[in-house]
Amino acid sequence: MAFNEETVANVANLARLNLTDEQKQKFAGEVDGILNWVEQLQEVNVDGIEPLISVTEQTEAIRADVVTDGNIQADLMKNAPESAHGFYVVPKMVE
Amino acid sequence: MTDLINLHISEAADLLAKKEISSVELTQAHLSEMEKGCVLNAFITETPERAMADAEASDKRRANGESFGALDGIPIANKDLYCTKDVRTTAASKILSKFVPTYESTVTQNLKDAGTVMLGKVNTDQFAMGGSTRTSYFGESKNPWTDANGEYTLTPGGSSGGSAAAVAAGLCMGATGSDTGGSIRQPASFCGITGIKPTYGRCSRWGIVAFASSLDQAGPMARSVKDCAIMLETMAGYDKKDSTSVNTPVPNYVSALTGDIRGKKIGIPKEYRMDGMNEDVAKVWDKGIQLLKDAGAEIVDISMPHTKYALPVYYIIACAEASSNLSRYDGVRYTTRVEGATLDDMYKNTRTDGFGDEVIRRILLGTFVLSAGFYDAYYTRAQRVRRLIAEDFKKAFETVDAILAPAAPTPALSFADMANMDPVSTYLGDVFTTPSSLAGVPSLALPVGMSSGGLPIGLQIIGKHFDENTVFQVADVMEKSAGFNLMPHRVKG
Repeated sequence: MAFNEETVANVANLARLNLTDEQKQKFAGEVDGILNWVEQLQEVNVDGIEPLISVTEQTEAIRADVVTDGNIQADLMKNAPESAHGFYVVPKMVE
Repeated sequence: MTDLINLHISEAADLLAKKEISSVELTQAHLSEMEKGCVLNAFITETPERAMADAEASDKRRANGESFGALDGIPIANKDLYCTKDVRTTAASKILSKFVPTYESTVTQNLKDAGTVMLGKVNTDQFAMGGSTRTSYFGESKNPWTDANGEYTLTPGGSSGGSAAAVAAGLCMGATGSDTGGSIRQPASFCGITGIKPTYGRCSRWGIVAFASSLDQAGPMARSVKDCAIMLETMAGYDKKDSTSVNTPVPNYVSALTGDIRGKKIGIPKEYRMDGMNEDVAKVWDKGIQLLKDAGAEIVDISMPHTKYALPVYYIIACAEASSNLSRYDGVRYTTRVEGATLDDMYKNTRTDGFGDEVIRRILLGTFVLSAGFYDAYYTRAQRVRRLIAEDFKKAFETVDAILAPAAPTPALSFADMANMDPVSTYLGDVFTTPSSLAGVPSLALPVGMSSGGLPIGLQIIGKHFDENTVFQVADVMEKSAGFNLMPHRVKG
């Protein structure tokens, strides 16, 4: 399949990236090259093969549903570019 | 007086225990070597004051008879992917260039609790994406092994290239690395040092900046197999803060170094002997096979038919996971924000400004393979082929105890050569390391020979899940019989 500049624009929007026309052209060519190369996986017979999600073959550990990481609000806010009254501040979303 | 820069961790530990040297002396020697070695650009952040404080505390403990053990007072460096409390952690990126964590990663905490001295944070490819350190926002690190003209023009490999360069040049005694598709083993091979990617789940990933969560694994890099064994014993262990860390006891790795591998079955996978293989690499591999044979191991030819699919599977899975993991950098929580009229504009401006080209390329690929309409054709198929690759290993380990293979397809490349390569060509550098990453099995790379151009070449020893002991045992025998001269030319002052 061709990964063209239109596809790049769509994917970049999904990934919340702003690309210039020049970047779109560059990345379209490069990602298209990578996709052509991974195309070789189509020749593998994967009938009846379950996807491998975890190599450790263990089930996820269950823990009690209690707060274990509380009272570190100041720590959490320390790297926020903008905060006020213990909250993250973002551009206005609702008119 | 002992040359403190050439010592292995195990040797320094003995001298410290006998009080023949102090941690302060050892640390000062490395700090001054770091100054001389700044041409290598191995460090992103140096922490000399912290190092001296750590060293003084270690000496005090020892004077009081309260030493924490073999690593107490040993100067190390941490890959700048490990969150270190109150010490800037950048992942070699612009977007995290001002990030100062308020917490410590489990692995670096384990090393801290063992009394190690932190010299600083070392360079990596941006978000560990790359095999050269070229993608670092802070510039590339140089391999301390020079080219034919004696110049520093070669890549140390990557992503743990800063770790490898610093260890090889004697700027630190050991370093943490991390390995997603070969990021410990390939730079170890390029710089002539030893590094192990343990079994997935052996070390906690908590507090390590995430790249591809089903593959990322922490590991040590040092100048001997024994030093890696000492470090891994401390770094490894179950951690309830990482739900994929495995609750199984960490054995005493050093006691696995028995020197006796008679009767061990070592597999040589025929699919790794590729057409047009680099002659120097092929020769060193043959040398490694002979060394193990001479030591009494039984060499067994094996077949791992899905080997050639590992690279494309790896790039689909790693990029998919990366695109998801890196969505957290949104201009809200991690220090860097580029304003925009709307929330979406702010996200886009921040992320586009903060990520380098390689990161953007992988996010685009990852987002695409996870997007509606393409998910099954790319992502699910890759996960299916991943199972076939893991089964190749499972089957091989029914007949052999370990596998011997090259660590990288070439010796260290020059930055000039790499500049002309397209993305797919650079990805081929991971050809020998991605299969074991996808299977989650442990793999250690150690230097075994030299290229005709005088550069180190490493081999990897791959073991069964959670059988690092056999890997260390075989590697130790190979290290002793290979007689590799471990240090490059000392960095010129």
